[in-house]
Amino acid sequence: MDLSYSEEELAFRDEVRTFLEEKLPKDMSDKIRRGEHIGKEGHELWHSILNEKGWLSYGWPKEFGGAEWNAVQRHIFEDECAAAYAPRIVPFGLSMLAPVLQKFGSKEQQDHYLPRILDGTDWWCQGYSEPGAGSDLASLKTRAVRDGDHYVVNGQKSWTTLGQYADWIFCLVRTDPEAKQQEGISFLLIDMNTPGIEVRPIVLLDGTPEVNEVFFDNVRVPVENLVGEENKGWTYAKYLLTHERTGIAGVGFSRAGLDAVKRVARQESANGRPLIENPHFAARMAQVEIDLMAMSTTNLRIISQAAAGQAPGVESSMLKVKGTIIRQEINDLARRAVGPYAMPFASEAVEGDNDPIGPDYAGPVAAQYFNNRKLSIFGGSNEIQRGIIAKVKMGG
Amino acid sequence: MDFNLTEERQMLQDTLRRFLSERYTTTERNAIIDSDTGLSAEIWGELAELGVIGALFTEDQGGFGGAGYDISTVFEELGRAGVVEPFLDTVILGGGLIAALGNDTQHSLVEEVIGGGLHLALAHGEPASRYDLSRVETTAKVDGDDIVLEGRKAVVINAEAAGYLIVSARESGGPFSLDGISLFLVPADASGLTMQGYPMMSGGRAAEVTLDNVRVPASARLGAEGAGFQALTDVVARANVALAAEAMGAMESATELTREYLMTRKQFGRPIGTFQALAHRFSDLLIELEQARSAVTNAAGHLDSDDRDRQIAAARNLIARTGRLVAEEAIQMHGGIAMTQEYELAHIAKRIVMTDHRFGDADYHLERFIGLSAA
Repeated sequence: MDLSYSEEELAFRDEVRTFLEEKLPKDMSDKIRRGEHIGKEGHELWHSILNEKGWLSYGWPKEFGGAEWNAVQRHIFEDECAAAYAPRIVPFGLSMLAPVLQKFGSKEQQDHYLPRILDGTDWWCQGYSEPGAGSDLASLKTRAVRDGDHYVVNGQKSWTTLGQYADWIFCLVRTDPEAKQQEGISFLLIDMNTPGIEVRPIVLLDGTPEVNEVFFDNVRVPVENLVGEENKGWTYAKYLLTHERTGIAGVGFSRAGLDAVKRVARQESANGRPLIENPHFAARMAQVEIDLMAMSTTNLRIISQAAAGQAPGVESSMLKVKGTIIRQEINDLARRAVGPYAMPFASEAVEGDNDPIGPDYAGPVAAQYFNNRKLSIFGGSNEIQRGIIAKVKMGG
Repeated sequence: MDFNLTEERQMLQDTLRRFLSERYTTTERNAIIDSDTGLSAEIWGELAELGVIGALFTEDQGGFGGAGYDISTVFEELGRAGVVEPFLDTVILGGGLIAALGNDTQHSLVEEVIGGGLHLALAHGEPASRYDLSRVETTAKVDGDDIVLEGRKAVVINAEAAGYLIVSARESGGPFSLDGISLFLVPADASGLTMQGYPMMSGGRAAEVTLDNVRVPASARLGAEGAGFQALTDVVARANVALAAEAMGAMESATELTREYLMTRKQFGRPIGTFQALAHRFSDLLIELEQARSAVTNAAGHLDSDDRDRQIAAARNLIARTGRLVAEEAIQMHGGIAMTQEYELAHIAKRIVMTDHRFGDADYHLERFIGLSAA
């Protein structure tokens, strides 16, 4: 048993730290630290900075130009990025579509799409969920009917994160309505500029237009945009879910979030004393920190198994449940910490182009608290995760 | 022992509930939230006409209610419908202070409030005061026949709509001393008073208020010199009953929306409410809701008792805990739909959670409860 990183791992960590110190733009990390959005341009800029270093494709195999880091390296990188308040890497093209293309796509698809993901030519979004198919994803209804050398797509996708920026969408569509639920689904790549596509923003409860509905009305998609075989799309989508997901626990985000709460608690005062000395608030912070310390080690245990070649099973589900509970608790602390100044609805502060109301750290905390309720809902709700854990572990 | 509402209160509840369910729809309310003023003058007028404001004052004050159960009856319904209009600020806080302290001239403003023609705002909290009612650093200095006010007030709710701001300012003592705080009726258009207005997370508007050499006549003083703290404490006690009742009403809505959704939404071929994992969690919400209702009953029933402050601290602490649970669980059990602005629950959940940030969160009231219980 040895809880510390090896010398190579430490050297790698230092390399990542130095890179972040030198290359992460200060105004960008300031925005992330304050909980503000950085917009499409901001994300594209950060991607290009990483790509220049060859680190944007850190999870990709070498044959596709990736860095092919192991699970420990990936964890170190993600941890350091979160601690430095780097923007999160937009995952849709890089870590959701790319692994599917690399495993199941044609040579032509790989050669065409993968470089465009890296150089930022294409912004991808994910077309899985539908209004009637959330946790029960396999009940999706969007239809694709073959017509000569095209599919004609009709239906509606929902909760499409950052779809307003997207050039392309990867979709699960039903190609065989007669087959059993999971068996008639195909995986299609659709150009968002195709006639018949309409994107409508869904305003979330914190006021941000972050997700969208995407409507398909007789949208003609060339058959060469089918990934793999027709009616095998469910297998490809599921492959992603079992694909190693080291970041799922969000340890880095939680640690950075807790640091931010502590900073605020040092500046805020309650009854004339710093809030951080208030026994009730201090106890709440301590409990989250204790949970986080343990989860961080759980995370490392699983990562080191993964680095040794063991595919994680239900542990991913466990980390998702515990990780989101911890992150949401930290959001709750952040909201409490600022007292009455949580009340202003600082949409301007979230977008970052106006004078803050009250202390500058107060602006986005209530919005973040509400927005991050999504963490336990999306990507397979915590109820779905618990179901998976029980099913696997109870041997029923 | 009788836990029923009196006939008058039952009528008030029925009338208010019917009016709000017909007039205060999600669409209507969301349009109000997005409007420049953040409130509907029309709805305000109609509710005044229905007697909703009068019900919050005693007969001596020109109303026909004013007891703890009148407050809890009205605010439960306002909470159920997610009303964003500033009843707490204009009526309970502003109107309450004038009714308690005002001389005959000042008292005529209460009549205007009851008629729906005047809005008020309490400009008390300051950037550093958090939930501490005694922390006042704004100063009031006598200068000839005038009084000069200097300072900053934070998150002054309803300031922009108000005809008058009731400003607390210190005439003596240090920043935390209970004595020396005075209250002043300051016209919103007073020279030297500036506002930075903004919308709030759960609807309505507030402003950061700066008082820079604001001169008011001595007749603007509300109540005796330096004796404002007790009046503030009394009116905030009533506000806390109102907030607890409002959150409880909103929790009922959140629970009812969740029940409907659980029994309608199908996944894996059946209503999701038939999954035991969700059914049990829903039952827990109902159990907590009963606790919340009783906590409000306790607080409202003790508004005039010696045990008032301890009962109120208990109610606000319990409501803060159960409110968070109900809001978060209702969203979770709905899933994505509850994350959208246009769905009723989104607003209701925000009303519940943001109650925490007015006059103290769960921790603040827990500390108060501990302190008062030890005394």
